[in-house]
Amino acid sequence: MSFLDLDEWLFDLAEIADIVYSPVADIKEYPEGVDVAFVEGAVANVDHLKLIRSVRRNTRIVVSFGDCAVTGNVTAMRNPFGNAKTILEYVYREAPGEQGTLPCDPEIVPALLDRVCPVHEAITVDSYLFGCPPNAAAIREKLIETIEKARTTDPSLTVSVK
Amino acid sequence: MSNRIVIDPVTRIEGHAKITIYLDDTGQVTDARFHVTEFRGFEKFCEGRPLWEMPALTSRICGICPVSHLLASSKTGDAILSVKIPAAAEKLRRLMNLGQIVQSHALSFFHLSGPDLILGMESEPGDRNVFGLMKANPATALGGIRLRQFGQEIIELLGGKKIHPAWSVPGGVRGPLTEEARDHIRERLPEAYAAVENAFEILKGYIHQHPGELHVFGNFPTLYLGLANEEDTWEHYDGFLRVVDSGGNVIADRIAPEEYRTIIGEAVEDWTYLKFPHYLPLGYPDGIYRVGPLARINLCRTMGTPRADEALVEYRAQTHGAHNSSFLYHYARLIEILTALERIEILLADPDLLTTRLRSQAGINQLEAVGVSEAPRGTLFHHYHVDEDGLIVKMNLIIATGQNNLAMNRTVAQIARHYVQGDHISQGMLNRVEAGIRAYDPCLSCSTHAAGHMPMVVELVNHCGEVVDVLTRD
Repeated sequence: MSFLDLDEWLFDLAEIADIVYSPVADIKEYPEGVDVAFVEGAVANVDHLKLIRSVRRNTRIVVSFGDCAVTGNVTAMRNPFGNAKTILEYVYREAPGEQGTLPCDPEIVPALLDRVCPVHEAITVDSYLFGCPPNAAAIREKLIETIEKARTTDPSLTVSVK
Repeated sequence: MSNRIVIDPVTRIEGHAKITIYLDDTGQVTDARFHVTEFRGFEKFCEGRPLWEMPALTSRICGICPVSHLLASSKTGDAILSVKIPAAAEKLRRLMNLGQIVQSHALSFFHLSGPDLILGMESEPGDRNVFGLMKANPATALGGIRLRQFGQEIIELLGGKKIHPAWSVPGGVRGPLTEEARDHIRERLPEAYAAVENAFEILKGYIHQHPGELHVFGNFPTLYLGLANEEDTWEHYDGFLRVVDSGGNVIADRIAPEEYRTIIGEAVEDWTYLKFPHYLPLGYPDGIYRVGPLARINLCRTMGTPRADEALVEYRAQTHGAHNSSFLYHYARLIEILTALERIEILLADPDLLTTRLRSQAGINQLEAVGVSEAPRGTLFHHYHVDEDGLIVKMNLIIATGQNNLAMNRTVAQIARHYVQGDHISQGMLNRVEAGIRAYDPCLSCSTHAAGHMPMVVELVNHCGEVVDVLTRD
């Protein structure tokens, strides 16, 4: 959402970069040959783990984006409770009005990791952007810096960064 | 041979989900399900933490509507303190909520569903997003971006930042509207009105060209729940709970928010992290109900502001009684943006908003309380138990989007039955199913108080587990 707060500058961004994967676009599988990825959110379930590894394999420069990705932040607040089962039991069994079923459908509902971790504990990260959330101005600066870095380390990218 | 299609992830929504579609031997859809794949555990990990942290902490449930949680949490805190907040503080909270409604609904219409409505449901997936919209129709895209920005600026001018402002607290708010801020917002209003009028034209045009869409996009009878007030005008911040049926008849009314447990029950299924709120007297799943823009419009007699009332009359003339097609959420959202702009204009003229006496001070006076507010997506409940020191002992949250879970499931099944046929899946077919979910503008991070990210692959699998067909969106 903070990324979308770039507002009119999104038009400028579209001039210097192709957005090939994002929650607001319909591409369903992470593509190959990505130059820059800004990754938000902590690694909390098995789907995230699979995806983040695919991101690392297919991307040149990975930026850990926002406090959840950088430190785990609020997402990791379930860690002191020990493991996923404790929290799931409380929320789905013990809380008022429950019928006693735990969500479990291995192919569909991804199993929770026992410990939520920041992105750099799952893959090597090239750069970090703090903030809960980072504000649009900070995102813009980081985008410009990272896209420029991608361009200078790959001469085949001919578009210059404004 | 029965088959299961999995749409993974559902894109252009807030949060993470998958959809499964079940086909029988003849390739007809027998069922479809909507699975939310995120979970964080706010209701548990907030235990032991001070009441005063809750507005800021629960804001982190969501990046689109943190203001909803900020306000519902603050109201719960108000009740635990047992204070009546200064009148100016309530007006200011209302102003921020209206700003939130404008930005969130603008996001839904332009950024999330706009690509379907403007570029087409079956348009090229690579372009079917806000960037594609910017290329194909830059004026409309810019209008939508700036309309969202307008709402975000109201939040920032009051609270210091656009996302997760630390501003509303138990007992009131931390700062007033300044004259500068007031003038700035006022100056931007004409442009905002123009953007929503453009949106009405686009939507009415779409409905005119695709009249059949309304009949299969989540078109079935349900109850509707939301906040109502004494004047029977559209309500967004405070009041009592009302439930109407699909014909617009009131079946429960004047329920105090603290009594929500007498009418709302929550069921659990093992195939999704999102629970199933339902109207308790009718049980699960018969007690299916919807919340949010469609419900709020169905619950009130008038919007309470002139331009929105005109739009409401036109909207109601198109169908009789309560409107039951979830496609009409898009229409209801625009009417709500319009009334929000009119109400913002009215509030800006009130000098009360500039005063600085904005907090009522007290200690812990009540050990249990419920705070309710209308988030953009529907009624939001925060329910806290605290100890004598104000530390959270127990917390329950009932989230707007969660209350639409039964309806969202029924919607994907209805659309899938209509559009998905046989053993060949097209991208456009699947996008239509997703568009059914987008009509609800769900906030899945909120609804499972979870964090996560959504990933989508479609596999056609036979009952032997063999992959018969694969569709990857890339």
